[in-house]
Amino acid sequence: MNDLEDFRESVGESDPVAVVGGRTHWTVGGNPTDDTRLVSAPVGIDFFDPSEMTVSVKAGTTLKDLNEELSRYRQEVCLEGSSETTVGGALMIGTDGIRRNLIGSIRETLLQAEYVDAKGKLIKAGGPTVKNVTGYDLCRLLVGSLGTLGLVGRVILRTRPQSEKSVWLRGGLSPEKARHICFRPSSLLWNGEETFIQLEGYGVNVDSEILNLKNLGYEELGVKCPISIPSFRHKFVDGMSLDNGIIDVYSSILYKSVEASEPQHSEEVLRLGNRVRKMFDPLGRLNPGRDPYRTGP
Amino acid sequence: MNRSRGNDQLFQELCRDIGTNRVHRDGASQLLYSRDGSAFPGGIPGVVCFPETTQHVVDCIKAANRHDRSFVPRGAGTGLAGGAVPCDAPLVISTTKMNSILEVNYEKRFAWVGPGVVNLDLTKSLAGTGFHFAPDPSSQQSCTIGGNVANNSGGPHCLAYGVTNAHILAIEVVLPDGTLVQLGDVDGHASGYDLRGVFVGGEGTLGIATRIAVKLTPDPPEIRTLLLDFMDVADAAKTVSAIIASGIVPAAIEMMDKRIVNVVEEFVKVGYPTDAAAVLIIEVDGLPEGVKIEVERIQSISLEHGARSVRVASSDEEREQIWKGRKSAFGAVAQIQPGYYLHDTVIPRTKLVEVLEAVYEIANRYELIVMNVFHAGDGNLHPLLVFDPQEPGIMERVLVAGEEIVQVSLDAGGVLSGEHGIGLEKKRFMEKLFSEEDLAAQKLLKDAFDPDGRANPFKVLPSGASCSEVNHLNQLPDGAWV
Repeated sequence: MNDLEDFRESVGESDPVAVVGGRTHWTVGGNPTDDTRLVSAPVGIDFFDPSEMTVSVKAGTTLKDLNEELSRYRQEVCLEGSSETTVGGALMIGTDGIRRNLIGSIRETLLQAEYVDAKGKLIKAGGPTVKNVTGYDLCRLLVGSLGTLGLVGRVILRTRPQSEKSVWLRGGLSPEKARHICFRPSSLLWNGEETFIQLEGYGVNVDSEILNLKNLGYEELGVKCPISIPSFRHKFVDGMSLDNGIIDVYSSILYKSVEASEPQHSEEVLRLGNRVRKMFDPLGRLNPGRDPYRTGP
Repeated sequence: MNRSRGNDQLFQELCRDIGTNRVHRDGASQLLYSRDGSAFPGGIPGVVCFPETTQHVVDCIKAANRHDRSFVPRGAGTGLAGGAVPCDAPLVISTTKMNSILEVNYEKRFAWVGPGVVNLDLTKSLAGTGFHFAPDPSSQQSCTIGGNVANNSGGPHCLAYGVTNAHILAIEVVLPDGTLVQLGDVDGHASGYDLRGVFVGGEGTLGIATRIAVKLTPDPPEIRTLLLDFMDVADAAKTVSAIIASGIVPAAIEMMDKRIVNVVEEFVKVGYPTDAAAVLIIEVDGLPEGVKIEVERIQSISLEHGARSVRVASSDEEREQIWKGRKSAFGAVAQIQPGYYLHDTVIPRTKLVEVLEAVYEIANRYELIVMNVFHAGDGNLHPLLVFDPQEPGIMERVLVAGEEIVQVSLDAGGVLSGEHGIGLEKKRFMEKLFSEEDLAAQKLLKDAFDPDGRANPFKVLPSGASCSEVNHLNQLPDGAWV
């Protein structure tokens, strides 16, 4: 399916419905109820203007296909996932990757969204420019909403230049010391014993920081992340046991192999969030069974 | 409702709840808080309050609710879209006395501040710590962090660092029903709907921020500021696009045309070339080696695109002089005319040349003076229509020309506002950008936060009732000074 109008018609106006993408994060926030009809989002890149640093892409496009196109012009988007993850899926999950310190939050990436609302109408939110404060920014609400407020068909995303050089290093500095040594590393991970630092940027910048770190006993490990990062995100609080997990130091996220207990939210936040959901989907037909407040941090 | 009698009761209850010295309803206060930095002459506030604590704000809102009265949050009142203009005798809640920096955590790189902290005061307080607060709107000497949150403010350095929303981690908010809630958290990773993200830029229509956790950004080790001059505006605009297309995202790219350069140079004498058709101020920062590369590439690109000269500031003093001119631009305009009307559209950066040409053509056709000083790197235009409000018939020409500038921007694939917001000023244009259904979807958000419509009513969305006191203002700005 490549047409927004066909997508709108497939979503319809009445029954429980959800969009299925690459199924790479299907259970996040809960499974849709059994009576939920599954539809697919349209696929394809509508336009990419490298000099504008924005790309218009349909939500069913895989990150792999999008990144292949962007990398031809040495650009990328701040969406992370596996090769099968779709653009829409990554946005609806809405979690940042470990490079957030350099490339920014996924919530800054979505500039404009065209989505089908609970009544089956096609709605446009946000705008196509890289800067915009025209009205309420519904794009903010859509990212991380698990498709409970609208089903996204097409988006305009902010792109960024790819880094000239990228490298991982491993060494023994504490996370606190490591973050003071480097200027804006893209990732800083800690397993309780060693810190893993990812540097990106101009080759000369990266090389000078590598030299600094090698003088402090760090070992250069190459382009690929040298450690396996567990799947489940926990909010890290000072004094918490790492318990074989890995901390994303900049985000205070503890990655572990076991699922987090449900994140804690205040009653007031949950009440407001529920009001938002009720306003956008009074009958609860969009992704029933899923709850954005049941996802990790 | 008898607003006068209502004022008496409301006033007495507020005096009881938050203290007599924090509640004003004298004529001078009502006049002072009847307008903001926008073109709108002003509505009429009911009672003006100066809470100093979160509980005071809760008390103010609950008092307003008891009296079925709307409320208008207000910072320094520097907004340019009428967002703080009171409509229908509301309670004006000024947060300027909530101006303490409450906690600074350098390790985790955040600070909790009161909404009344002045943007530049926060910057100054962080000087020498190795960190700064990145958003730097032109009004930063007087605008507050609460106002920055309400308007999702920008500034020259938002090109690389992002606008205010990217620098706010969490907000303590009093919702329009008086409920206290924290949106977001200091790690920047709260799950669920991004209510913090939509509150920023909500223009005070979703509640009042009472504490704000801002992100502290590490100071770059190296900064270089360049002043480029061109004999053709189009060459300057093409240079902006070419720099971005080359993969460089500078910290700032600002553009000033010949008219504003001359006015500024006369005003502050910072060494701008007054014979140039346009100048660009470009700043790059980061590690020294990378900065050197970017300076060389920018020099090369700009010379290829017709730059007459490229001056790289060789000292902090020279850098400050270059920026002093840019930051003095709006004040300097007073030298030639007593009024101006400022637009704030954003266009795709690749459309700069054609839209600037159209802006000049429109101004010429209506026999108006237009000056352009703007954030070229992100396509955020600020055409200044400069005029004498006493000149018969000029207001009508300014308005019609302004509307054409907005239309040209939208036709080029742009949007209504990059950093000033919609407020009262631009809501009449919202239907040019959004369909009825799009706007209805935005209204859902407003209704979820504020089902009774008491928070800063009549702003942002064109739907529903309109502000009786300022209806006529939609046709008649009288010039704005910031």
